[in-house]
Amino acid sequence: MLEIKDLTVEIGGRKILNKVNLKVEQGSTTVLFGPNGAGKSALLMTLMGFSGYDIVSGQILFKGEDITHLSVNERAERGLGIMTQRPPNLTGVKLKDLVKVISNDHSFDTDAASKKLDMERFMDRDVNVGFSGGEIKRSELLQLSAQNPCLYLLDEPESGVDLVSIEEIGTTIDELLSSRSKCSVDHYKRGNSALIITHTGQVLDYVEPDVGYILCNGVVMCRGNPREMLKEIKAHGYQECIKCKQAIL
Amino acid sequence: MQTGNSLKEKAEKAIEKSAMYGEDFDLNEFEVAAKEVPQTEDLEDLDDEFKQTLLNVGVLTDDKERSGSFLMLDNAVSHSSLKDPNIELMSLHEALEKHDWLKDYSWNLVAVDADKYTAKSYLENANGYFIRAPAGQKSSMPVQTCLMMGHKDVTQTVHNILIVEEDAKLDVITGCTTKKGVERAMHLGISEIYVKKGGVLNFTMIHNWAGDVGVRPRTVIHLEEGASFVNNYILLKPVRSIQSYPTAILDGEGAFARFHTIAVAHPGSELDLGSRVLFNAPNTKAELISRTITTGGKVIARGEMVANKPHCKGHLECHGLVLKDGGTQLAIPVLEANVADVELTHEAAVGRIAREQVEYLMARGLSEEDAVGMIVRGFLDVGITGLPEELAKDIDDTIAQIGKDAI
Ligand SMILES: Nc1ncnc2c1ncn2[C@@H]1O[C@H](COP(=O)(O)OP(=O)(O)O)[C@@H](O)[C@H]1O
Ligand SMILES: [Mg+2]
Repeated sequence: MLEIKDLTVEIGGRKILNKVNLKVEQGSTTVLFGPNGAGKSALLMTLMGFSGYDIVSGQILFKGEDITHLSVNERAERGLGIMTQRPPNLTGVKLKDLVKVISNDHSFDTDAASKKLDMERFMDRDVNVGFSGGEIKRSELLQLSAQNPCLYLLDEPESGVDLVSIEEIGTTIDELLSSRSKCSVDHYKRGNSALIITHTGQVLDYVEPDVGYILCNGVVMCRGNPREMLKEIKAHGYQECIKCKQAIL
Repeated sequence: MQTGNSLKEKAEKAIEKSAMYGEDFDLNEFEVAAKEVPQTEDLEDLDDEFKQTLLNVGVLTDDKERSGSFLMLDNAVSHSSLKDPNIELMSLHEALEKHDWLKDYSWNLVAVDADKYTAKSYLENANGYFIRAPAGQKSSMPVQTCLMMGHKDVTQTVHNILIVEEDAKLDVITGCTTKKGVERAMHLGISEIYVKKGGVLNFTMIHNWAGDVGVRPRTVIHLEEGASFVNNYILLKPVRSIQSYPTAILDGEGAFARFHTIAVAHPGSELDLGSRVLFNAPNTKAELISRTITTGGKVIARGEMVANKPHCKGHLECHGLVLKDGGTQLAIPVLEANVADVELTHEAAVGRIAREQVEYLMARGLSEEDAVGMIVRGFLDVGITGLPEELAKDIDDTIAQIGKDAI
């Protein structure tokens, strides 16, 4: 589904990602771990094509197509969907109007979806303006479900969210990944693919991961069993980063 | 009360007096617009192009949803009709003949010698509309008025008086425009507005001019105890120069005023738009909210609040977007507190649309053009309601075009 090859990225002339190689298989959920400042968010933002993330070298392939230099909306059209860590406020843009525009001509039941995510009260509000952490995530998931992408790029979906909301958010993500999109193929494990950044691993209580990566200092340190990785990280923190790299070398 | 003679003297002295702000037009370069114009029995009888011009400033030719309609063409009244017998609508000249008391309201809030534009309007014995909602009357539908310039190279002089008496409520929609093909002209408009104790006036003004038109409205609103005044001003099309600085005087305890300004400065347009509130009684409140966009023209967004009595509360908000290089946004907020116990705040921000916002929408599949359009629409949405559908569509189309042009 997604293949990142030797991707080196700079922000404002400073190297943030260094020769990153990473794959997300069709229908699989790939998890990206790493300490604060490792470059995890930068990687997701680069994949979506946001400006400010300058690709110095390397390639991004999506379903075999080179999308390295496509615009943000061209990537969205091809099936990438993102939940960023801190989405901007859109003053004057009502959530219901945005959801309507996103769902376009697809048969999307806005009422049912907003009800399910407990967002009915927010449909007449300006997008993200005055939303709490959990409300932002639920609004993002509502938008994503209207968008129905093939590959979900989720940046710390549990951060800034209270415990009750985490369950709602976790199960919604699981459902979205299990649903069908234009890229779904029957014999794969799930209808959709995902690259999920998690710092705490909480979201993995609801979503079963297939592959894990650890990113430190802009470098991929290891690839492996995500549950094992999480256990190590919980026990020893990210000091394991260094050891891990030595192990694969 | 000042006598006609002393006013005339003052006006004559001020006929060359430049205004404090805005391009200094030479009124001698324009002819005084006609004082006799064709009469329109029924607005429905007008030709389609004329009707469209009216619609584009919110004036409906089918008056089912209006309490009354008034059309001034050049310097004379072309149509005046009233459906709601509980209110009054007629030309100011007629009203001055009918009501002896009205002369005290005329040239009372606006000084004849404020500048050459007020002086000219006085000396031309400007006509305009007179609207009165008598005490306790609440008109269910808006009164609509249209001030149109029908010929090029003329000066239109207008003088309006609007009175909302005790506990009355009135909605007014005023569209000011030029007939199709009239590219160059001057519009001078004096408006004296009185909202008495407990009265409510919602006043929506839509301007739609042409590329070489100069516009000099001079408006003062006087509010008594518990009175409320909401002013919506919309200008989305090209014009050469508009300079206006309406002033609301909150003269009774608990009075409230709100000004919404929505404007777009196209290349070649200079918009000097302000609003001013004088808090002259305790517990008065005001909000001045302006959202302006430049696609190449100049916007000066002024706002002034002067608190002279305790327990006043005012908020001033000027947000300006620069969509293209070559455009200028200048926000000039002024707050003045002359007593201790007041709360005046302001918020001003000018700049481009945040790239982050555009890309956020693009990541949801919107094209850049649609993303900019959606943000601009949101930016301009300050909650003005009750605009006719046709006008809302015209506004939508204009915003979509702005989104396209911005890229
Ligand atoms: N807009 C930016 N300008 C400058 N530096 C940035 C910017 N965004 C991120 N960085 C830097 O890039 C590095 C990686 O950040 P980020 O991707 O947010 O880390 P993570 O998500 O792994 O915590 C950090 O050193 C951060 O300071
Ligand atoms: Mg991050």
